[in-house]
Amino acid sequence: MINLRDKGAEIWERANRPQRVLMAISFIAMAAALPFLGGTFLNTPIADYQSVLVYPIAMFVLMAIGLNIVIGKSGLLDLGYVAFFAIGAYTMGLLGTRTSLNTWEILPIGIAMAMFSGIILGVPALKLRGDYLAIITLGFGEIIRIVALNLEVLGRSGGIIGIPTPPPIFGIEYAFDSHRIYYWTLLIIILFAIWMVRRLSVRRAGRAWESIRQDEDAAELMGVPTFKYKVWAFVLGASVGGAAGVFYASKTLFIAPDNFTLQISILILACVVFGGMGNIWGVIAGAVILGYLPDRIRFLSDARLLVFGLVLVIMMNLRPDGLLPRKKREKALPNKEKP
Amino acid sequence: MIGNFLDQFWSLTFGGLSLGFIYILIALGYTMVYGVLRMINFANSEVFMIATFATIIIVRDVYKFTQTSEYATGFRLWLILGTALLASMLVAGVLSVLIEIVAYRRLRRMNSGILAPLISAIGVSMVLAESVRIMSDSRPVASPRAMEKSFIGKFFDADIRLDNTIIIIAAIILLILLLAFVNKTRLGKAIRAVSMNGNAAKLMGINIDGVVSITFLVGGLMTGAAGFFYVLKYENTSFSIGFELGIAAFTAAILGGIGNIKGAFYGGLALGLLETYASFFLGTQWKAVTVFVVLVLILYTKPNGLFGEAMTQTRA
Repeated sequence: MINLRDKGAEIWERANRPQRVLMAISFIAMAAALPFLGGTFLNTPIADYQSVLVYPIAMFVLMAIGLNIVIGKSGLLDLGYVAFFAIGAYTMGLLGTRTSLNTWEILPIGIAMAMFSGIILGVPALKLRGDYLAIITLGFGEIIRIVALNLEVLGRSGGIIGIPTPPPIFGIEYAFDSHRIYYWTLLIIILFAIWMVRRLSVRRAGRAWESIRQDEDAAELMGVPTFKYKVWAFVLGASVGGAAGVFYASKTLFIAPDNFTLQISILILACVVFGGMGNIWGVIAGAVILGYLPDRIRFLSDARLLVFGLVLVIMMNLRPDGLLPRKKREKALPNKEKP
Repeated sequence: MIGNFLDQFWSLTFGGLSLGFIYILIALGYTMVYGVLRMINFANSEVFMIATFATIIIVRDVYKFTQTSEYATGFRLWLILGTALLASMLVAGVLSVLIEIVAYRRLRRMNSGILAPLISAIGVSMVLAESVRIMSDSRPVASPRAMEKSFIGKFFDADIRLDNTIIIIAAIILLILLLAFVNKTRLGKAIRAVSMNGNAAKLMGINIDGVVSITFLVGGLMTGAAGFFYVLKYENTSFSIGFELGIAAFTAAILGGIGNIKGAFYGGLALGLLETYASFFLGTQWKAVTVFVVLVLILYTKPNGLFGEAMTQTRA
């Protein structure tokens, strides 16, 4: 099967520095120009195109990058990723409505809260392996939602309303309906996350995750402190989710437990696997497609999720490694017995 | 509070037991497939949901019961219950086999790890849940009541309800049949062989695809029975029911130790009772939290579940 990812990597590796800078800049410019393409075939028929770009698309991309650290890089199955998104959003909701802190000040607090809960959940859960980790994270996601649903201070099913928008920064106003501004801000956050993941992947942490994913026992025997790096992966993933949550709450002005269901966790997981686990470009492609598709095919109205499910089945059967799979040499051997 | 609890202890326990048996049967759909494939059968929850609809269709459209009909009695009652049970089991069994062919077979042959089949199974369950949602207009569907829910006796202070009794007895019979099938027949032996070591079983000439299909069929039959019992007990269903019960049953399977039948049995019972007691003390809204907290505590002390064999390393 054609491996677009390897093709892309080949072109990238053959290019010299100015060519690479040029490629990166044109790629970023293309992404930044997306809000102006509303009138073209890209347009979403019912939802406002520019707001679709912010949520779900850009938000999904950010979360998928975060989840990819956990699943794609270190091979830990996390089914409750929405919990960190919710923690970030509720931190913003609570502090934004009850204190005079603004979005930019709450952002680090929200990230810290998400990281902290990542440690609380990760330290016991990461001692377990595989499927048990899956169910515990899934349970954690549900617990956060149920707690939000039942605690008076979190607004119960009514959620929190009147969350302030971000204050102007460098003279740029964040009006609640100027979706473009939010999209560009998110783009910057996404670029920062990509940069972080790419730097980490080629350093000690990235190699440790890689070895854990391929064979945890072998890694442990070679002296990799596997537990420490697993918690690190988990906490870094959580921090990205938390950042997405803070920004989401500040954008939508209103959050309720219904925004943080298990379906979101599953959708983000689907983005990661659909696009190509472990490969950041694949994951981004997956998140863009899966975030965009349900709104693009809204003309199917009622049947759109049905079609979405069909697409998932067909795609996975045709390309089980995802749209843009990771490099061949990074693939784990499917079975221990095989050479 | 405690006094109230003691007063209601037995009626709570009976309710919890019958719920527990429903969980056991669904958990078997997860655990049997997991035992053979080491994969989470994500679509099993929707198999359960379809089975609840199959039951309602039999009672409502084949036997023409409405909300105002008189209750069936005697032989006719048992005939209705029997056909509804068999029909929902068959529908669920066949559906389960089809799901294996659509979502798993090709990926299994390509040896593509566990995440790709998980996503394709998620896709299948979305398709199933959404089709039913569209057909049922996103509304819950009530089942007409074919059977009078009479009290058939007393145990200490608690009234014993007929539907709970039927569920418990029928589920026990099904479990005995299942155990006999797995432990006494040639096919059952093949299933056990594949779950111990797939490659070795293949080398011994066992048809792996056949065994996997049979496993999905049996898991589906059990899940289908759970669908019937659920409608018998709660008399309604909706397109989203699979999701709610599916997670609980999956938790039950893990709680007991996924991959073995005994684990599903104790896990299901424990979860059914725990949920019922927890909703009594803390209110129904906190029951899911209690369940997950207990699950975390148990896995922390016994990482393979209560009755899990030491399955060496399951990988994500």
